[in-house]
Amino acid sequence: MEATFLDRWKNGLWHENPGLVQLLGLCPLLAVTSTFVNGFGLGVATLMVLMVSNALVSATRRWIQSQIRIPIYVLIIASLVTCIELIFKAWFPALDRSLGIFIPLIVTNCAIVARAEVFASRNALGPSVVDGFIMGSGFALLLMAIGLFRELLGQGSLFSGLDMLTGGEPLRGLVFVDGGWLLAILPPGAFFSLALAIAGKNALDRRRHANNPLAARRTAGKPSV
Amino acid sequence: MSDAGVFKGGITLAVIAAICTALVAATFILTKERISANEQAWLERSLQPALSGLFFDSGVTESRLIIPAPHELPGSEDAIVYRVYAENVPVAALFVVSARDGYSGPIRLLIGVDIAGAITGVHVLEHRETPGLGDRVESGKSDWIQQYNGRSITDPAPDGWAIKRDGGVFDQLTGASVTPRAIVNAIRETLLYFAGNTEHVFAASDPAETPTEDAE
Repeated sequence: MEATFLDRWKNGLWHENPGLVQLLGLCPLLAVTSTFVNGFGLGVATLMVLMVSNALVSATRRWIQSQIRIPIYVLIIASLVTCIELIFKAWFPALDRSLGIFIPLIVTNCAIVARAEVFASRNALGPSVVDGFIMGSGFALLLMAIGLFRELLGQGSLFSGLDMLTGGEPLRGLVFVDGGWLLAILPPGAFFSLALAIAGKNALDRRRHANNPLAARRTAGKPSV
Repeated sequence: MSDAGVFKGGITLAVIAAICTALVAATFILTKERISANEQAWLERSLQPALSGLFFDSGVTESRLIIPAPHELPGSEDAIVYRVYAENVPVAALFVVSARDGYSGPIRLLIGVDIAGAITGVHVLEHRETPGLGDRVESGKSDWIQQYNGRSITDPAPDGWAIKRDGGVFDQLTGASVTPRAIVNAIRETLLYFAGNTEHVFAASDPAETPTEDAE
């Protein structure tokens, strides 16, 4: 894995995006993205867990025998998620209520255990933290994009409920139209939005490959995970 | 894995478990006070919609009374009553009950009733109704829930305590009648209970004491 810093960003956000390409962590992705703020909240929580779990797995990798590595990853990730949940309850109580069970359920996000196994257990502390940040950003940006899209379509607003991050009076955000296309905020809307995002990504990739055959060779293969 | 390997693995696992537990414990201790302050603040704020226009002494949340199930109030779990006093004279009671027959699961309601039996406010605390249809019972989404303010069990007469589609006097919501029907029924049952048990509700001076236990 001798990738340059820029390549790693490209992989995390695009070529190997945990949600868009690896299709990991779909349960929270589909469940909470009804608004931008919800997507942002869960995205940031996942990013923090991913970064710290990568750091801990990388720091302890010398003492972990391969036979017991999975229980240890589970232990580390579960403890970190509990910490994040407590932190959200203390500092972002409204957001915690809005995300509900999906904060504790970060523990089941395979993207996190996948990074521990694939990257953090084989790399030094620094690169592992960076990897966690990049992969977490890829996941968080996708959550935010889908949240933005569904909120705009389904409620006709943007950034509603921003008070859940800042505290204070309830904010309705930028309201363009009152009400919207209901399907977008119902569960099927989540599937449609994700499908559109994946189709859009594939279409963009294909067009780039058509214009530049050299780039095609670089990304044609399956993702390395 | 050899015996020594198993032993070593066990030790590693134990050490990491201890470190992780310490991490969680430290976070818990650091956040404990903030979390309980948040919960208290949220509870007090969520009671506000049913307290408008009332004069009362502070500390409503301390006058909590739990009425254990089964009871005549709506809902199959324990009901909670917050009693509101002004200079030790009962002013109103705030009921936290569940309408069981919502479209998808129970609807948690806060119903405020003053001592004369008139509604001071109704607020939906928790629900899983369809977004865009049933969820307009939320006070933030439409003013449907405001139509009960000032009503009592005699205004309208018990027959009129239903949505218009069922021959009552209250508006339904376009495209959703199950949710409004469930809420109207829950309010009516709460008012009936309060009318029949007013003294009981205020009699139990110790919040731990409950009227049903008094009766036994």
